[in-house]
Amino acid sequence: MSFLPKPKLHHPKLPTNALGFTRRDYEGAISTLCAGCGHDSISAAIIQACFDLDIEPHRVAKMSGIGCSSKTPDYFLGASHGFNSVHGRMPSVLTGANLANRELIYLGVSGDGDSASIGLGQFAHSLRRGVNMTYIVENNGVYGLTKGQFSATSDKGSKAKKGTINADEPIDLVGMALQLGATYVGRGFSGDKDQLVPLIKGAIRHGGAAFIDCISPCVAFNNHEGSTKSYDFVREHNEAVNRLDVILGRAPITTAYGPGELRDVVQHDGSVLRLRKLHSDYDPTDRVAAMNYLQERKAAGEIVTGLLYVDPEPSDLHASQNTVALPLNRLDDAALCPGAAALARVNAGLR
Amino acid sequence: MAEGIPILNFLVPKEVLHEDGRLTGMLFDKVRAEYDARGRRQLVPTGEEPVHIECDDILVAIGQENSFPWIERDIGLEFDRWGLPKLDEASFQSSIPNVFFGGDAAFGPKNIIWAVAHGHEAAVSIDRFCRGEDVTQRPPPLVVMSGQKMGIHEWSYDNGVSLDLRYKVPHRDPSVSLRDIKAEVELGFDRELGFKEAQRCLNCDVQTVFTTSLCIECDACVDICPVDCITFTENGEEGELRQRLKAPAENLTQDLYVMDGLKTGRVMVKDEDVCLHCGMCAERCPTGAWDMQKFLLESAKTYLNGNGGHACRSR
Repeated sequence: MSFLPKPKLHHPKLPTNALGFTRRDYEGAISTLCAGCGHDSISAAIIQACFDLDIEPHRVAKMSGIGCSSKTPDYFLGASHGFNSVHGRMPSVLTGANLANRELIYLGVSGDGDSASIGLGQFAHSLRRGVNMTYIVENNGVYGLTKGQFSATSDKGSKAKKGTINADEPIDLVGMALQLGATYVGRGFSGDKDQLVPLIKGAIRHGGAAFIDCISPCVAFNNHEGSTKSYDFVREHNEAVNRLDVILGRAPITTAYGPGELRDVVQHDGSVLRLRKLHSDYDPTDRVAAMNYLQERKAAGEIVTGLLYVDPEPSDLHASQNTVALPLNRLDDAALCPGAAALARVNAGLR
Repeated sequence: MAEGIPILNFLVPKEVLHEDGRLTGMLFDKVRAEYDARGRRQLVPTGEEPVHIECDDILVAIGQENSFPWIERDIGLEFDRWGLPKLDEASFQSSIPNVFFGGDAAFGPKNIIWAVAHGHEAAVSIDRFCRGEDVTQRPPPLVVMSGQKMGIHEWSYDNGVSLDLRYKVPHRDPSVSLRDIKAEVELGFDRELGFKEAQRCLNCDVQTVFTTSLCIECDACVDICPVDCITFTENGEEGELRQRLKAPAENLTQDLYVMDGLKTGRVMVKDEDVCLHCGMCAERCPTGAWDMQKFLLESAKTYLNGNGGHACRSR
């Protein structure tokens, strides 16, 4: 009668992926967020992306901090690894996990409070170190768990549900990510899964620090007139620079395209990012141009979405630190304790 | 069959065998079914040896139908080619205005539920006929749609979806029931089993009702629906639209539920064919655009329901 789990029954024709899983197999527990929360749509998009990419759930590690957004890893990929860390500390925990085992797919899920306030430093350093991860910020511009105070990404002049006007400048996480050297930067909207799912797929297949800012309206506290993160406002001001399709080598994808120039960006792992340009002068591989364009459109009051920047040949933290390729838990005793002679050699090298 | 009784098909009775005045068995001719050009079945002897089945009792079970040889054919009552009276399908009135038929006498063999329904409809006709009114004008049924929401996650109907397969009615042990003709074979559900079987109800009387003006297109219903029956998409021709839903709607006999007028210009399309009536869409809807409403239909009756309504008139 109340708080039922989602029925296990599914559509008789629900498709299966290469692993024999249905999309439903990638779900988690039923969401306890407010009805209509944008975060639930992002969870559904992550589920769809992992299903489409034929990802084995046990190969994913989902990390989060504190907040509405950071609760969501419980609601997708129920069979994956997870770590719900301290407020704002997800990037550090993720960096550590990644250094210990580079073979997993790291999915960092955070919110605007978690990443733009208490965890701003962590956010910045994980990106500038180039940790191979998909970092998703579920950005609703408001502290939903504590009843709707402005967050650090709330636009100046935006109106709270109770009528107060935000006087502070917002933190632009996409702008920061570009500046700090993230090699895959996108912005999506929870109300447009056609755009969001490929963005997440591209980020998962990206071999470096991938950051997605996903605007996710808070239906309970930030979906009113005067808010700049409401469904209506975002739909009205959404300026998509491109439409993305992620193509994996194994099957040709035949998608009907409307007019607009196509551009294929081949990532290091062979996956193809097929971009249909919606703005003819936008080049998603030019970091400086992307930053300029974003600032210019922001000044015009638009919300730029799509794949904003990608470096198809990224390098990551493991490359710069020259770490061992094997996960630490698979190293044997001889490798972990090389003995006194090896220690002496190290010490001699430091003299 | 559940009791282990063999069903021997394509045998037609030929001869009853007896010795010294005692029944010993029966002979059957073997036949096969053949269909003529009009699809009518005919049983044709195969020409094989008759089948001999020993027995010490024979039960004769032959279907029966209504027939009206006793109604004179010159009184003005018209019959169809099966010998049944020609009737108006809604009023059950025959070609003699003051003669009405119902039950098996109306449209051939049906079950008792139909017979009761015929009786109700014929009674309405007779009432209208006696008042000098047109019997083809039927009084409309009473239709009530009532919202079932009691709280954020609470419904006044049992919305849980049972994954159980059908529970079979327990049978008495055949070693007992086959020896004792008076032993009831079906034991019926006990309280617990009956409850479990009732939990499998899909609540088909509870409809998902969508109010376009309340929808903010947050996709919450689309994401939560366990059977992927809700899609928000561009409108289109039905055949093509059915294919590009979240899951294709392939039962063409079931209409799609389509609502337009959304802010993005898209339409809400729901494939009612697979809906479980679990109410998850309405629980997840932040604005109450989805509501679970119980559908109640009461056909017109000839008697008073105790609430003072005029019989045969309004409901």
